[in-house]
Amino acid sequence: MDLNLSVEELRFRDELRAWLATHVPENWEHRHDESVDAHFAFLKQWQRTLYDGGWAGISWPTAYGGRGASLMQQVIFWQELALADAPPMANVLGLGLVGPTIIAFGTDAQKARYLRTILSAEEIWCQGFSEPNAGSDLAGLQTEARLEGDSYVVNGQKVWTSYGWAADWCELVVRTDPSAPKHKGLTVLLVDMKTPGVEVRPLKQMTGETEFNEVFFRDVRVPIENVVGKVNQGWDVAIGTLMHERGTFGAGLQITYRRNMDRLIELSREVRRGGRPAALDPVIRQKLAQCYAEVAIMRANQMRAFSRISATGVPGPEGSIQKIFWSELNQRLQQIAQELLGPYGQLEAGDGRAIDRGAWSYGYLRARGNTIEAGTSEIQRNIIGHFVLGLPRSY
Amino acid sequence: MQFGLSESQTILRDSAREFFAGECQMARVRRLAESDTAHDPALWAKMAEQGYTGIIFDDACGGVGLGVVELVLLMEEAGRALLPGPLFSTVALAGAVIDACASPAQKKKYLAPICHGAARATFAMLESSASWDPADVEIVARSGRLTGEKLFVPDAAVADWIVVVARDGAYVVDPKAPGVRIAPMTGMDLTRKLYAVTFADAPAEKLDRGDGLSRGLQVATAALVAEMVGGMQRTLDITVDYAKTRKQFGKPIGSFQAVQHMCADMYLETESARSAAYYAAWALQDDAPDATEAVSIAKLYASDACRAVGNRGIQIHGGMGFTWENDLHLYYRRAKSSETTLGDATFHRERLARLVIVAAPGT
Repeated sequence: MDLNLSVEELRFRDELRAWLATHVPENWEHRHDESVDAHFAFLKQWQRTLYDGGWAGISWPTAYGGRGASLMQQVIFWQELALADAPPMANVLGLGLVGPTIIAFGTDAQKARYLRTILSAEEIWCQGFSEPNAGSDLAGLQTEARLEGDSYVVNGQKVWTSYGWAADWCELVVRTDPSAPKHKGLTVLLVDMKTPGVEVRPLKQMTGETEFNEVFFRDVRVPIENVVGKVNQGWDVAIGTLMHERGTFGAGLQITYRRNMDRLIELSREVRRGGRPAALDPVIRQKLAQCYAEVAIMRANQMRAFSRISATGVPGPEGSIQKIFWSELNQRLQQIAQELLGPYGQLEAGDGRAIDRGAWSYGYLRARGNTIEAGTSEIQRNIIGHFVLGLPRSY
Repeated sequence: MQFGLSESQTILRDSAREFFAGECQMARVRRLAESDTAHDPALWAKMAEQGYTGIIFDDACGGVGLGVVELVLLMEEAGRALLPGPLFSTVALAGAVIDACASPAQKKKYLAPICHGAARATFAMLESSASWDPADVEIVARSGRLTGEKLFVPDAAVADWIVVVARDGAYVVDPKAPGVRIAPMTGMDLTRKLYAVTFADAPAEKLDRGDGLSRGLQVATAALVAEMVGGMQRTLDITVDYAKTRKQFGKPIGSFQAVQHMCADMYLETESARSAAYYAAWALQDDAPDATEAVSIAKLYASDACRAVGNRGIQIHGGMGFTWENDLHLYYRRAKSSETTLGDATFHRERLARLVIVAAPGT
């Protein structure tokens, strides 16, 4: 057990840190005020800068244009990006989920066609997985694809499609054999979002933003060469994609939480309670300290999980608790922020009296999504119960 | 960076697990729980033979010279087995304080017999105020003699030395010396007996470096958290086994989500407490700048989590969980005792607040 960075890890970190120091755009947070399109163009440009610097696709093999970084280097990468306050990358799903899936299951032609433009953010990707009647029970999805000549004809509806509004391409899971058991008749297609019959409708969420969309497919023709993996074995491909969801890019999250925590502590010294700074109020102190401790434990849990994967190549049981831990912790953190800020906590961006430009009212609302997106807390607990503890399936 | 165990650490953990599985089965635990002192000299001799009583002490004292991480791994296994008696008091508590406060000559005098299995020790800090804040200690030494009362002293009846915290530092007292009186306190934990110790002008030897006390207590706290993690893990294991076999409505109760989700939470809390304990141990061993923080974080989390895990374990067992015959209450009793020992969650949250938020008024 040695939690210090090794000489090679330090060298990697220092090289990255030096590069970030000269390339991360300054004061980019204020660009949130721009139009959605202008802001997204800025994020694409940032990813292009990373690509040109050789930092895009940090986990991808060098043969496919990635950095080929070791797991610990990937962890360092996401942490340093967070520490440097770097903008997110535009093609999050392409880099994190779709690219690795094409690398694992795609044909040589698919790799040659799609991977480079994912890295450079020239083509943005979304994922067509969830449907109105297939959320946690993903294998129950109904969007169908019929083979007609050399194309599949797709009909159906997807929902909660992040980046659907910006996407050029979609990794789409469809049912190609309606008579097979539900896990058996699925196939994964790569769909050009500009194909006639694809319609994207924004879904306004409770924060007022439109991070995701509904996507409708009406007689959309997809060439047969756009099948990823084998026909009717799409479940394995889809699960392969979702396994990447846990990856290393959560490594930056504990840095973000720590930064939010530090800001709350700072605010607690300014906000007054009973004639003195809230930082001296015994109840507030208890709550802040509890939250601070949990952020530190989230980091320790992550380090243990990453160390295990790095040493053995397979995720250990610690991995399965990360999602529950970070999502529920963020909700507690946001609630403590609200308690600390009192009536000011509700003020939204645009109100001149809002603290931190409304970041805390936004954070409070946005955090409700954390225990739902990327596998609900209930599904995560089922996974721990069945796959980790070996309890009988509940459904 | 590698947060996993090294090969030798894994071997130590596995052999300790095997040792306690063989030597400290629940029948023996129950027998010792019903005894006056919960101390078993034969078991003690075997632990000394394994090097457990000298695990963190220098070779110069006859110890094994391993680090805090190894101590934590050993205590986790001891906690899993609910090891009764004075291993924690002797090695992780009194021993760690002596190790941090004593001169080389004092170390040899007190630690060597501990390493060899010939002596046991304990630690007396709390007074009637029951405060773990050293600032609340009132007992004063006058010309090398102590007068006053210490409470909640673990395993005092089988200790050869008592390390006593006084206002000006730590002292070692021989409990057989004139003026020392030991009376049992009836605590919830049947496997770790508590005593009130009164000193009436009792002779005491001052340990060389009083400033080592905080370090000693931090090592003890990390070890205690690890012991709690072992207990949590065992509670989880027993409960999951029960949920797989106990049937209602024709199905194992573990197939019901209400039960499954409680098990998942027990698992999350156990693993998180373990991460915190290991991190604190490493930070202490490496003298990391956040070591003090890390110890409080581990203790505050584990203090709440070990109770929560016990609560759920008993709940899932239904009526069986409430019986004397079931082992869970033995772990549950230990968990409550450990929760308050060396400061509960509220205490450590305030301690952490002083480190990372701002000092309290008047400090």
